[in-house]
Amino acid sequence: MKIELTSEHLSEQAEYKSFVDEEVIPVADQYDQQERIPRELINKIARLGYLGALAPKAAGGRGMDMITFGLLNEELGRGCSSLRSLLTVHSMVAQTISRWGSRWQKERWMRRLATGAAIAAFGLTEPDVGSDARSIETNATLSGDRYVLNGNKKWITFGQIADLFLIFAQCEGGPAAFLVEKMSPGLSVNPISNMLGTRASMLAELRFQDCPVPLENLIGKPGFGVSHIASSALDCGRYSVAWGCLGLARACLEASVRYAARRKQFGGILIDFQLIQRMISDMITNIRATRLLCLHAGYLRNVSDPAATMETSIAKYFASRTASKASSDAVQIHGANGCSGEYQVQRYFRDAKIMEIIEGSTQIHQLNIARQCYREYLS
Amino acid sequence: MEIRLAVSAFLSSHLRSHELASDQDIFALGLVNSLFAMQLVNFVEREFGITVENEDLEIANFNTIDAIANLVQRKIGVS
Repeated sequence: MKIELTSEHLSEQAEYKSFVDEEVIPVADQYDQQERIPRELINKIARLGYLGALAPKAAGGRGMDMITFGLLNEELGRGCSSLRSLLTVHSMVAQTISRWGSRWQKERWMRRLATGAAIAAFGLTEPDVGSDARSIETNATLSGDRYVLNGNKKWITFGQIADLFLIFAQCEGGPAAFLVEKMSPGLSVNPISNMLGTRASMLAELRFQDCPVPLENLIGKPGFGVSHIASSALDCGRYSVAWGCLGLARACLEASVRYAARRKQFGGILIDFQLIQRMISDMITNIRATRLLCLHAGYLRNVSDPAATMETSIAKYFASRTASKASSDAVQIHGANGCSGEYQVQRYFRDAKIMEIIEGSTQIHQLNIARQCYREYLS
Repeated sequence: MEIRLAVSAFLSSHLRSHELASDQDIFALGLVNSLFAMQLVNFVEREFGITVENEDLEIANFNTIDAIANLVQRKIGVS
């Protein structure tokens, strides 16, 4: 058994790290305050091929293996969770079209998504429906040569700028998935601001009022919208978030060590105090454990092992908890400074809380992991 | 027969305490959640070297051991 990155992985990792150090970290706090990612930065990551990370090379993507994709998420997550969220939701939709889309849907969208010519967002959550996805209330009714959508979606990451939405609605007695273009009549996009964390992820509420959707925009079949379409998209999203949390936790550790190494109290420097060392050691131990879980999930995904879905859930669960704990301790180590806008750890703390809610809350993962455990140990 | 055995073994290992008959409906029994639905798709793809396409997404293709085995048989025949 050998757990190590290949030279290609290391080379890619160096590229991502350099980009994040130079282009993301210096501006991340500013974008957090402005609650937006400027188009120039999105265009940059598009030019680098990051938005086409998982898309096949034939479609203009980079066709990354899952470990490489993880490393990209880790580095972006280290710099800015909002920007990493763009990669997450965009990849979720692109992967869905690649996996379940019709030939027409792939031809229409894959190259545009892979090159970043179009931005995609994922629309499952509603004002009254979160974790209980099968209970979505948005509905689609067949009317002649089209479906007609009615209902609301909320907390849609990068909904403010998305050109394409993957929308889930009840249809013919079960959940179904539809590709809905931004300019569709009857669709209104309303920005959401003043969120706790990932404030630059440009959330929106979407309102569908007799919004016509062509028949060919249905993905899969009615009844499979949640069980297969949303489920595979969320599986991809969890993997992205897990690695992003690893990067976020690393940022907490790096900031904490830097700060503790120069902060003087009681005639010494923080780094030498044992209670500080305890927090630092917890951070690095959990980071190492998270990395192993992410690598394991990535390996299983690369070989299409059915166990990858559950291992990804476990990785996301652990990674988001790790990011939460690390960011809380990072603020603690920074004291009042950590609560101010002068230090990035306050952003990490707010962003980390979001990680425990998106792509399956901590509690939903706990339920699924426990059920899986029972299957393994009680059968 | 080998396909049925492999499918049966996979389902038995994942669906606790259920000795499934080959025509028992795993969806009607409430044994399938979203995570397992995806695991099942991944299993048949990897185990039998086929690709489940969007047009294959029918409950009737996945609800029993027989149905899954028939789907695999058809896909192998096509490929």
